[in-house]
Amino acid sequence: MIKPFFSPGLWVLTFLMASFGGFAQTVEMVKWPRVAQILRQSSDTTYILNFWATWCKPCVAELPHFEQIGQEFANKKVKIVLISTDFAKEINSRVVPFVQKQKLKNTVWLLNEPDANAWIDKISPKWSGAIPATLIFNNKRRKKSFFEQTLDSPRLRQELTDFL
Amino acid sequence: MKNKFWTALTIVLALGTAVTLIFRQKNAEASPAGYAIGAVVADFSLKNVDGNAVSLANYKDKKGVIVVFTCNHCPFAKAYEDRIMALDKKYSSLGMPVVAINANDASEYEEDSFDNMKKRARDKGYSFPYLHDETQAVAKAFGAMRTPHVFMLRNDGGKFTVQYIGTIDDNYQDASGVTKRYVEDAANNILAGKPVVVNQTKAIGCAISWKEA
Repeated sequence: MIKPFFSPGLWVLTFLMASFGGFAQTVEMVKWPRVAQILRQSSDTTYILNFWATWCKPCVAELPHFEQIGQEFANKKVKIVLISTDFAKEINSRVVPFVQKQKLKNTVWLLNEPDANAWIDKISPKWSGAIPATLIFNNKRRKKSFFEQTLDSPRLRQELTDFL
Repeated sequence: MKNKFWTALTIVLALGTAVTLIFRQKNAEASPAGYAIGAVVADFSLKNVDGNAVSLANYKDKKGVIVVFTCNHCPFAKAYEDRIMALDKKYSSLGMPVVAINANDASEYEEDSFDNMKKRARDKGYSFPYLHDETQAVAKAFGAMRTPHVFMLRNDGGKFTVQYIGTIDDNYQDASGVTKRYVEDAANNILAGKPVVVNQTKAIGCAISWKEA
């Protein structure tokens, strides 16, 4: 923690991650500005932000549907980001192994911003904070839909037709 | 005559069921309803882990009640458990004790069953009631959506009014990293006879697992 830069273990880890980065799915730890940045995107891309956690049963149950949609729309301007709200200290012990076991292909972030009151309304004022929750938006088309509920692939497909 | 009566009754029941189902379906997708700030809370009676029923009427000589919807299984609830115990320890003697309520459907999370609630309360030595909202009617009346979800009530001459809705503090991951203590600030406001300054906050939490309609 003190001098991670000089830790030989970290160098080895970095080397390994760089070598296998193309194959193994990793989880990026992000702070709020990273999310805010895509909320501001003005390109004609439809973003699907799904808030989940490894221990949340309904969240885990709907992940395969987001994977399915990710593959179906791979050639369209659709970008799915699965934003984990797991505890930051569990990223390597819990989140990364989960993501690899589930072979998730969508981008996975762990949002390490414990003062959720500061950003929940920026996702949607309608959101109570319960997960799962999903935001679909396309800024160029000025369209935005928010769901504080589980979604399945037929529903996601149907919602996306409004955006594409 | 008798036949007509039964036909009419069947139709009324069928319509009632249909309306209820449609309403629930809509409700599941609507933004959370429930008590707003200032609302008077309807009294309820729920079974405590000690087997006795607890209702707000039991608190009529208190200045208020800190109602916390929580549960056993949720990592956020677990992360806040010690802090909830500390709140009761600090504010119970000042006239504002904690009442914890678990409304989760135990068929979804076995860890949230009444037996496991009893065990948890005993193992941790809860100094406050831990009530089972088996029908989920109380959680729905409050508009509780997640765990933990706090509703702070002020006793206005026997009527309990909602003064704060939200989260306990601003750091679920690390109690030592907390900078804003929302519930403590609200409790201090209420005990001082002042309006609560920050009376609504949000937090990430486990969605309360609702029973199938």
